[in-house]
Amino acid sequence: MSETADTRKSVFISGNEATAEGGIAGGCRHFFGYPITPQNEIPEYMSEHLPEIGGVYLQAESEVAAINMVYGAAAAGARVMTTSSSPGIALMQEGLSYMLGSELPAVFVNMVRGGPGLGNIAAAQSDYWLATRGAGHGDGRCITLTPYSVQELHDFTAGAFEIADRYQNIVMVLADAILATMMEPCELIPRRDLPLPDRPYAVGPHDRSERERNIINSLWIDFDVMEAVNLRIEERYTRAGEEITDWEEFGSDDPQIMLCAYGISARICESVVMRADEAGVRLRLIRPRTVFPFPTEPIRRWAERVDATLVVELSMGQFVEDVRLAVEGSCPVELLARSGGNMPTPGDVLQKVREVARHVGVAAK
Amino acid sequence: MPRVVIDAEICKGCVLCVEFCPRDALEMSDATNSRGHHPAVLRDDEKCTGCAVCALVCPGVCIEVYR
Amino acid sequence: MAEEKLINRYPDALTDVEMRYCPGCTHGTAHRLVAEVIDELGVRDRTVTIATVGCSVFAYEYFDTDAVQAAHGRGPAVATGIKRVHPDSVVFTYQGDGDLASIGMGEIVHAAARGENFTVIFINNAVFGMTQGQMAPTTLMGQKTTTSPRGRTAEEAGWPIRVCELLDTLEGPAFIAREALSTPQRIRSAKRSIKRAFETQLAGRGFSLVELLSSCWTWWDMEPVEAIYHIENTMTEHFPLRIFRDCLTGQSEEVDSNA
Repeated sequence: MSETADTRKSVFISGNEATAEGGIAGGCRHFFGYPITPQNEIPEYMSEHLPEIGGVYLQAESEVAAINMVYGAAAAGARVMTTSSSPGIALMQEGLSYMLGSELPAVFVNMVRGGPGLGNIAAAQSDYWLATRGAGHGDGRCITLTPYSVQELHDFTAGAFEIADRYQNIVMVLADAILATMMEPCELIPRRDLPLPDRPYAVGPHDRSERERNIINSLWIDFDVMEAVNLRIEERYTRAGEEITDWEEFGSDDPQIMLCAYGISARICESVVMRADEAGVRLRLIRPRTVFPFPTEPIRRWAERVDATLVVELSMGQFVEDVRLAVEGSCPVELLARSGGNMPTPGDVLQKVREVARHVGVAAK
Repeated sequence: MPRVVIDAEICKGCVLCVEFCPRDALEMSDATNSRGHHPAVLRDDEKCTGCAVCALVCPGVCIEVYR
Repeated sequence: MAEEKLINRYPDALTDVEMRYCPGCTHGTAHRLVAEVIDELGVRDRTVTIATVGCSVFAYEYFDTDAVQAAHGRGPAVATGIKRVHPDSVVFTYQGDGDLASIGMGEIVHAAARGENFTVIFINNAVFGMTQGQMAPTTLMGQKTTTSPRGRTAEEAGWPIRVCELLDTLEGPAFIAREALSTPQRIRSAKRSIKRAFETQLAGRGFSLVELLSSCWTWWDMEPVEAIYHIENTMTEHFPLRIFRDCLTGQSEEVDSNA
């Protein structure tokens, strides 16, 4: 197959490397990172390939330093990215809040691992709140994308820069240790030299006759000015809700039980939907590809038609709360939660489906 | 005739210029500015040589020196 | 009579925003010296001021340049990010002793170790000013502060940190000097070092830092003039004034006090 500029090259690649290459394809030319399992192949990949294309890779002395280098580079107008895993993302929270308060775009990737504390390096989804409610102190949140394959890790990371620029907000790609380290076929987006968008706010050498001096800042002593910043940020979230909310649906068009899951849990639930007849229950999976903005509408719509909702999540129950908010009581919502690196098998989920069916009087095998 | 002009409104009366003027040509005014500080003033322009030490030590950047 | 001439123009690199520092606080002197150097080197429209957290947090209002306000202690990392995007920019961080030597010690050591090509203006007044006078990493032994009310003791809080000496062990820095904003000749010498630091950056030689011993009479519980002599006579004992390293001339010598 001849490889022309716009055709995608198919490779067998790990989630980490697909993420890194996605960043490059998305136009990232500045990466400031720090080693932490399970995302190490990303900084390694960037350290090898960014310099080859005139980019900058810098290993910071800590995640705290890394996020502030990202903040500086974003203030200077670069397409910039960093990646980490749970404890590292926790260290970056203040920096994320500064980027929100300064309304700067940047892309982050969290390969979530078992927690809390040092936890372990196994897969988990226990940073859902940190991603969707986090970004440090104050209002303001990360636009959060939830891929569930190596291909989506690649595509979502590449697409995250345009989203960040459009809403002048930080974007988090939320994945986990399995997606990071597993290998799958992946169609690579061809690398192109994407021109930087116009950044009138950016600092750097300039001609005073062309623009006044620029100040990147989040210190607002005046209450009304501080509130105006928050209102401006909220308005962008409303717009993002209308423009980029994304999800996938899979399964019966006349479901009795709705499954809700994202990321690696959704891969398991796809198998469960394919084996629904073993439980004799009609199932439909709703899989968010963005969890902020959250796909409230489809979940609410199906919740009014099913007898119950089952959320499958690798945490003690964080994503489930957003599902409950969307369902708003129109049907019971139950949770199959595993954590610490443990995961349910499709069989476990089917067993839970039978249990939930019994709770709501739906016949099951 | 060398002289200095001290912006009475900006001056916060810290006395550094008076302290370091080699000719003792400055003093603190009895008057106060809108902030309640006693600004420094040129006491005797005969003594001023325009050496600008006052401006050198002034943290308020509010002394102009003329020669 | 010869026509009268103004000999000390207000620096272009300072805005006309009135500085909020206490009367006699040498932050103001430091701001003026840095601004004069920026003017003399003609780099104002390439300069990015990194305002940090402390009394000088409003530096982005005082320096008439592009500016970025950094989180407490993270100025050197922000400066790194900017220089890696715009190597042709002139970046300086303006940091106090709490920002640089307490929360930001990691960032300053690694920026120096990397030889990151930006300039640090380090204001050492041996106390946390903005937060009302707490002990800082450079608070002197026996010095009373709001968190060392009986005077700093080694048992409770160890010893003050000499930043220049610490960074002088690294290969990365190209210029390190400690000066004092006390007497007129010290201030002249400080300006020379500030200019050397910026020249080091312009020559692309790497990391440059000038530590400026400064006054905080408010929290030293002294008069402004008394505080100036406290710098000159007491602080210089623990923090000796020296050009530790000057790669442009390859020498390091005692600060010649009567230069």
